[in-house]
Amino acid sequence: MVDVAMSGPRGPKPKKAFSSRNIMLYGILILVSVYYLLPLYVMVVTSLKGMPEIRLGNIFSPPVEITYEPWVKAWSEACTGINCDGLSRGFWNSVQILLPSVVISIAVASVSGYAISNWKFKGSETFFTLLIIGAFIPYQTMLYPIVIMLREVGDFLTPMWSPIEPDVEYALNEVRSFFGAETPIDLPEKVRLMGSLTGLVLVHTAFGMPILTLLFRNYFASIPEELFKAARVDGARFWGIYFQIMLPMALPIFVVAMILQVTGIWNDFLFGVIYTKPETYPMTVQLNNIVNSVQGVKEYNVNMAATLLTGLVPLVIYFASGKLFVRGIAAGAVKG
Amino acid sequence: MSNHSVEIRNLDLSFGAVNVLKDLNLDINEGEFLVLLGSSGCGKSTLLNCIAGLLDVTDGQIFIKGKNVTWAEPSDRGIGMVFQSYALYPQMTVEGNLSFGLKNARVPKPEITKRVARAAEILQIEPLLKRKPGALSGGQRQRVAIGRALVRDVDVFLFDEPLSNLDAKLRADLRVELKRLHGQLQNTMIYVTHDQIEAMTLADRIAIMKDGQVMQLDSPANIYNKPRNRYVAGFIGSPAMNFIEGELTGGTFKAGDFEAPLSGYEWSAGAQADGPVTLGLRPEHILTEGQVDDGTLTTDVLADLVEPMGADTLVWSSLAGFPFRFRMDGQAVVKSGDNVRIGIDMARASVFDVTSELRL
Repeated sequence: MVDVAMSGPRGPKPKKAFSSRNIMLYGILILVSVYYLLPLYVMVVTSLKGMPEIRLGNIFSPPVEITYEPWVKAWSEACTGINCDGLSRGFWNSVQILLPSVVISIAVASVSGYAISNWKFKGSETFFTLLIIGAFIPYQTMLYPIVIMLREVGDFLTPMWSPIEPDVEYALNEVRSFFGAETPIDLPEKVRLMGSLTGLVLVHTAFGMPILTLLFRNYFASIPEELFKAARVDGARFWGIYFQIMLPMALPIFVVAMILQVTGIWNDFLFGVIYTKPETYPMTVQLNNIVNSVQGVKEYNVNMAATLLTGLVPLVIYFASGKLFVRGIAAGAVKG
Repeated sequence: MSNHSVEIRNLDLSFGAVNVLKDLNLDINEGEFLVLLGSSGCGKSTLLNCIAGLLDVTDGQIFIKGKNVTWAEPSDRGIGMVFQSYALYPQMTVEGNLSFGLKNARVPKPEITKRVARAAEILQIEPLLKRKPGALSGGQRQRVAIGRALVRDVDVFLFDEPLSNLDAKLRADLRVELKRLHGQLQNTMIYVTHDQIEAMTLADRIAIMKDGQVMQLDSPANIYNKPRNRYVAGFIGSPAMNFIEGELTGGTFKAGDFEAPLSGYEWSAGAQADGPVTLGLRPEHILTEGQVDDGTLTTDVLADLVEPMGADTLVWSSLAGFPFRFRMDGQAVVKSGDNVRIGIDMARASVFDVTSELRL
């Protein structure tokens, strides 16, 4: 009798490694990964081949003779219009656009989110609603109004930025030439936001506001209100509470915001092509110009290398901070 | 001026159309331990937040130490506050938590060290000073939260349900410690709770609140023995007071075939005219078995349900058609269906007007 009780199932139920459920599950996962990774594979392989090898047409075959020439060409020699210095120019333009846009938009949005969630003022909810509605208006409707705004703001700032009147400049140059100066100095006459990197930074910052403010507001709203009250009793004011209490607790959401902004701004094409000019084109616009140029031979290997180079920054960000990203999103959703 | 530590004058507070506090007046004496007691939504925490300055009042004034602080910042009011969820700054050590307020007030460093050390000694948290709140237990966290109020050398301590997040045993321990702390510091303390045991054990005076108004402000003994209205009578005491509705005729209470002469009852405003009244009897004031002698008013009731609780036994029955509970000695042998002879001491009863619900 005792033996019957002892011989029954006991402990964890054994699992079969090759059950039909597992085969289905992993089979589908592998299939989907192949489907998504295949284009990447083709790009990498093609970028390492020379043109004669590409012309053979076997796009899936690995390179017989590996060459890094296309990468070098894409980075520093490919021509877009009259400039033949490759993607490097666009890369540095993009960096110059990216850094201030990310820093300013996150700084402003985190403070607004904090204010809207903790220092409610008359109309703060209305203001927040308006901001969120802004996220749902298609960008295309705002393109031309922003062109006008950038132009007008530039004109408005001109007298403040360039205080030297034309006749003063003339007099200055007269004096300089009297003392033997050969080239007259040319003081900037007009502040131009339209077509400048500064203008594009402003646009990116403004368009990042709705989603970032929402992100920060929700995160700060999830921090217990009593913590905020305790800090007020302890004599901390608006900035004191922000920097000493809220900021150290909000690091995960800062990482999320940073990833959103870096990938969003780096990958942006529309604003880049509209609010800049050829010398200040961001990398994406330049990539398009290289890949879509209709003159001459289509250099597939250079195109692939250029595309991979452009996609590298968001890719690195994802690989480096994927875990933090998930943690930050989860921290925003679950009250910590 | 008076020696009131905190004075609240005609305080109104409304959120939109909802009036949370209505024309509230409250004087709290120097060194007093006042408990604001009420069920949730009665406005007790709101009142505390108004005193702390965390909510702007709609109308009225607040004085602390004779100074009008109605418009003052929370940190300028001379108050320290302890919250239910502890509200410790998670990224700072215990020491950082304690000194944060002092740093904001630009207190010199040696003074900060001295005060933190003193608070840590009083609360016995010296070994924890270098730890972060995440590494502390609930009881330790709440001690640190109390310490944060302590270091600021304030006149008035505000407690917002500080023990509600702790388990039962820890709550009882910390309750005793709070009482000891009050004896040691002699500060004014205002304490919000919904737990009547906490209120009864800690308070010098209890303010029972309902719908944004103070129902009764009195010593725990008076609130228990002489509740001013039916709400207070039903709120204080566990199990709750029994209410029997009947008629008052010639100094005798009648309900069905139950009759009780109110000769020993202390009327709050002289003898009352005849009319409908509510009689309130506390379950623990019912006499049973050996306690009943010839002089007491007795009656027989049928035990519906018996709840033995060890120290005593709670019996559910009915009297004159109204549900009636009473407490017996834990050793008494009763089971449901038994007839129990009980005695009622009318001197300890409460009589309320039916319409105004005020004590008669």
